[in-house]
Amino acid sequence: MSKINIRNMHVNQEGTISSVKVGGELGRRIRDMGLVPGTEIKIQGRAPLYDPVALRVKGFTLTLRNSEADHIEVEVGG
Amino acid sequence: MTFCVALGGNPNAGKTTLFNALTGSRQHVGNYPGVTVDRKEGRYVRNGHEMHIVDLPGTYSLTAYSVEEVVARDFLVNERPQVTINIVDSSNLERNLYLTIQFLELGIPTCVALNMIDVARSRGVEIDDKKLSHLLGVPVVPIIARNGFGTKDLMEAVDKVGQLPAKAPLRVSYGRDLETAIQEMQKLIEQRQFLTNLYPSRWLAIKYLERDTQILEKGRGADTELADRLEDIAHAVGAHIEETLETYPEAMIADHRYGFISSLLKQGVVKERHDRNRLFLSDRIDKVLVNRFAGPIIMLLVLMVLYQFVFTYSEVPVGWCERAFEWLADLVSTTMPDGLLKSLIVSGVIDGVGGVLGFVPLILFMFFGIAILEDSGYLARVAFMLDRIFQMFGLHGSSVMAYIVSGGIAGGCAVPGVMATRTLRSPKERIATLLTAPFMNCGAKLPVFALLIAAFFPSQQARMMFILTLISWGGALLAAKFLRMTVLRGASTPFVMELPPYRLPTLRGLLIHTWERTWQYVKKAGTVILGISVLLWAAMTFPQLPDETVQSYDAKKQSILAAADPAVINSIDNADSGDKREPLSAPAVQLKADLVAVDAQQARDALRYSLAGRIGTGIESLTHLAGFDWRTNIALLGGFAAKEVIVSTLGTAYSLGAVDAEATGSLSDRLTGEPGWNALKAWSMIIFVMFYAPCFVTIVCISRESSWRWGLFSMLFNTFLAFFLALIIYQTGLAIGY
Repeated sequence: MSKINIRNMHVNQEGTISSVKVGGELGRRIRDMGLVPGTEIKIQGRAPLYDPVALRVKGFTLTLRNSEADHIEVEVGG
Repeated sequence: MTFCVALGGNPNAGKTTLFNALTGSRQHVGNYPGVTVDRKEGRYVRNGHEMHIVDLPGTYSLTAYSVEEVVARDFLVNERPQVTINIVDSSNLERNLYLTIQFLELGIPTCVALNMIDVARSRGVEIDDKKLSHLLGVPVVPIIARNGFGTKDLMEAVDKVGQLPAKAPLRVSYGRDLETAIQEMQKLIEQRQFLTNLYPSRWLAIKYLERDTQILEKGRGADTELADRLEDIAHAVGAHIEETLETYPEAMIADHRYGFISSLLKQGVVKERHDRNRLFLSDRIDKVLVNRFAGPIIMLLVLMVLYQFVFTYSEVPVGWCERAFEWLADLVSTTMPDGLLKSLIVSGVIDGVGGVLGFVPLILFMFFGIAILEDSGYLARVAFMLDRIFQMFGLHGSSVMAYIVSGGIAGGCAVPGVMATRTLRSPKERIATLLTAPFMNCGAKLPVFALLIAAFFPSQQARMMFILTLISWGGALLAAKFLRMTVLRGASTPFVMELPPYRLPTLRGLLIHTWERTWQYVKKAGTVILGISVLLWAAMTFPQLPDETVQSYDAKKQSILAAADPAVINSIDNADSGDKREPLSAPAVQLKADLVAVDAQQARDALRYSLAGRIGTGIESLTHLAGFDWRTNIALLGGFAAKEVIVSTLGTAYSLGAVDAEATGSLSDRLTGEPGWNALKAWSMIIFVMFYAPCFVTIVCISRESSWRWGLFSMLFNTFLAFFLALIIYQTGLAIGY
């Protein structure tokens, strides 16, 4: 098990959110959408220019910019 | 007392569909005071008694971060609807319940509508609504808003909830650290009756921990001393949590809410037959539509089709409108005696009303097209694919819509373009888009460009148009960047956005949406536009030429007539009144041309004598630096009414009579031969026309979509920017000896 940033995950890779280290509006928006520690996510795809990234979380698809995803640390297997 | 029902839920949960299903055509749209968030209200009649239904803006949460959330929360607290229907997407239950929990914590009477229960079932998700109802303590009714299934049961449940006494707010446990603080604050709040007439005490305590700006401010206003104490308590526990657990109170609160939801769902509420993150049809479509290579190509095609649809198909009804108003203007022209009143009615009122209504088909088509893209879920994909580029300029992926409609593909129109910014939910990005979209080359600027290109760059027309399109895109993006670094500076609004599953839009939804927008335009912008149109007419008409001048022109005409052969004059009169069309003799043609020339000179002098003409002449010494003389100035002033007016006004100023914007051959010949006109001046004018103040219809729309302050700003900022650019071009050109 290791902890990495969403930016470094490849498409279709799965993991579990271990921490969301940001407050304020961005933190609130991220958490409102269900990205809280313990949530399982899967990278669904990336936009043509690699940014933003689309995640599969709690059964729906969520997109966020790489710079925003950088605050989210994910625990991945292997 | 009317029975008021609020409708709240996440965006994409089907709120609008339910609202339309309940209220049908008995609805109207307004604005919440001070903000540009739509307030939709309608009526629903059940067993003979009426319910007043208010559609709240779609939100994911009830914080104070976005206008929508504040509006929704204030409505629930201040207007106290008897019941709030919380519409929930059944196929996405966990995240939707996050808002439900917040409704219940606020202690408002709630009724949950499990929408799209069919979609959930087809995805292998079974929801035990009775169990969920039992656990939440409120009615839960499965519905399918699209076809009306379950809405009767839902409204029956709403009726019942409305008759019951209010329940105690839901209590979610937030862990030992926070609970100690919450209870301490709660005690203080209750002792002093601090804001408890509006909010539950526990809810207030939680908001202090979340550092909710609106509540903190209200608290300070209500009881400064207590507010300080509450803030201190929240601060202390916040610092403690940050130190020991490396997290924030608001993060812990969100974690516990989601924890509460998942423990709720684990008690047998949801049975899933498949892995919840497996790919559904929608995701398989996305494999193609947002594919790194195919995605952008398909997007380009979709946008081209939208553009074609809006501007090609709306041409027919636009043509009808124009013809109807031309007919009306002709009718007035022929029946009324010449004079000021006629001029006011034809040039001020009919042109003004025609100007307002001429945009209606465009707006109708544009909103229909955008509603399809929005309701189907494709618009979110467009934003997703383009965000990287627009983000560099401080904009949002969704800004592309407004740019393209405004003339990003030459020939659009900024009026529907400005209105298209409604799909943007980020306030700063939205204003920046709103202000820069008019830089695009709309259909009315094209005749001006065509005139100048034909006169000075006749061999490279297609290439020039392409270059001008690139310049307008570059200018708009750079100006947006500049605005985002100055008047609109600040961090970008988080992009965090849902890609909703693709859905087939309902025709009824599309029609209601389109109608609403169009009607809003006619009602709100229409009156203002008519008023300004009359003012502009007055500016180009008054003051009128002094009597002596008019008399001297009359005398000139008389002397021409006196010198002419009476037989020739007779032949002209006969040709004008008679129905047999005889070709005029050569001297008759000459005589007629001489008379028209005198009239054209008089029109030129009248224009120059008017207020607009005086302004144009007065600022000549300044505008000369960019190469513009008084004729150009007046034409540019006229362009404020509508850009194509530049051409006709220029025609009058060059004594050619009013020139039709579609046929500019004579004017372009004239300009080519005119001393002082050359390719450099043409460039200076093209750039100025591209960037200067939008036409006043656009300004009215910008003001409606933001505020009068921004409308005024766009007028001044754009004109200064345009003049600055024109100045640089002209002076540089002169310096290098052009």
